[in-house]
Amino acid sequence: MTVQMLSIIGAVVVVAVGSISPALAEGRAIAAAMDGIARQPESAGALSRTLFVGLAMIETMAIYCLVIALLLLFANPYAAR
Amino acid sequence: MTHSPLESAVVFRLGTIAVTETVVTTWCLILALLITCLLLTRKLSIVPSDVQATVESLVGVIDEQLAGILNRDPVEFVPLVGTLFLFLVVANLAGIVPGVRAPTASIETPAALAVIVFFSVHYFGFRTRGVWGYLKGYLEPNPLLLPLNILSEFTRSFSLMMRLFGNIMSDELVLAIVVALAGLLVPIPFMAFEILVGLVQAYIFSVLTAVYIGGAIGSIEKQ
Repeated sequence: MTVQMLSIIGAVVVVAVGSISPALAEGRAIAAAMDGIARQPESAGALSRTLFVGLAMIETMAIYCLVIALLLLFANPYAAR
Repeated sequence: MTHSPLESAVVFRLGTIAVTETVVTTWCLILALLITCLLLTRKLSIVPSDVQATVESLVGVIDEQLAGILNRDPVEFVPLVGTLFLFLVVANLAGIVPGVRAPTASIETPAALAVIVFFSVHYFGFRTRGVWGYLKGYLEPNPLLLPLNILSEFTRSFSLMMRLFGNIMSDELVLAIVVALAGLLVPIPFMAFEILVGLVQAYIFSVLTAVYIGGAIGSIEKQ
């Protein structure tokens, strides 16, 4: 297998596996926020603002996976250019 | 699909400096924003016209949101965060215009904005709490956490950049793939989604900037 093939497989695995846990975590966060808003509709503003910040934090993990995938595909130091 | 999203096309060269498509688009957007703002604020009066009332309510919303995040009078932070938000809305939505690439879809623009945020957070921290007061914040809650606190300053700026870049760029990529696979009319829902993502990302970038500033000036708990 060449470095290019390995890089492509690596990028696919990184994105596929790396987005599982952020997806589950974001789902749980949104469900909890929905629950809170349904119980206390008057706190919807503060809740959704905190939700957005929290989602951004959770999303960071998926973004690091994206960075690694992009590095593997487009800026791979081991693949001969 | 061999074109790398980490590079952008060079339009012309100034001496040895290559001016890319991204930079030219950004200049045009800045000029358009500047002219719009000058026109909108030209004839201000106590009794507002329709246009003035609309703009005032927009600025009021930004004010209100910032005050809600920072738990204090946001007047000195509105110029930075408000400008970031307005610029990002325009920049993210520029991709909708045919023939224009959103400047935030190439990595330079988000990187520059993240650097601006990085330095302004420290600037506001030093100005509000003084040099020692601000530096002492790095030793909380425990001096053992100093390396982690310093590391998180860099990683959060980095993730701020990658979040914006990754979202806008991947939207563009998905759109290109759908166009290549399905052709006419099918990409329209994806373009509508691109509008939503662009607005949400502009909001998130501004909110996170405000949260970081709030952490630096000590008005909210550090994230």
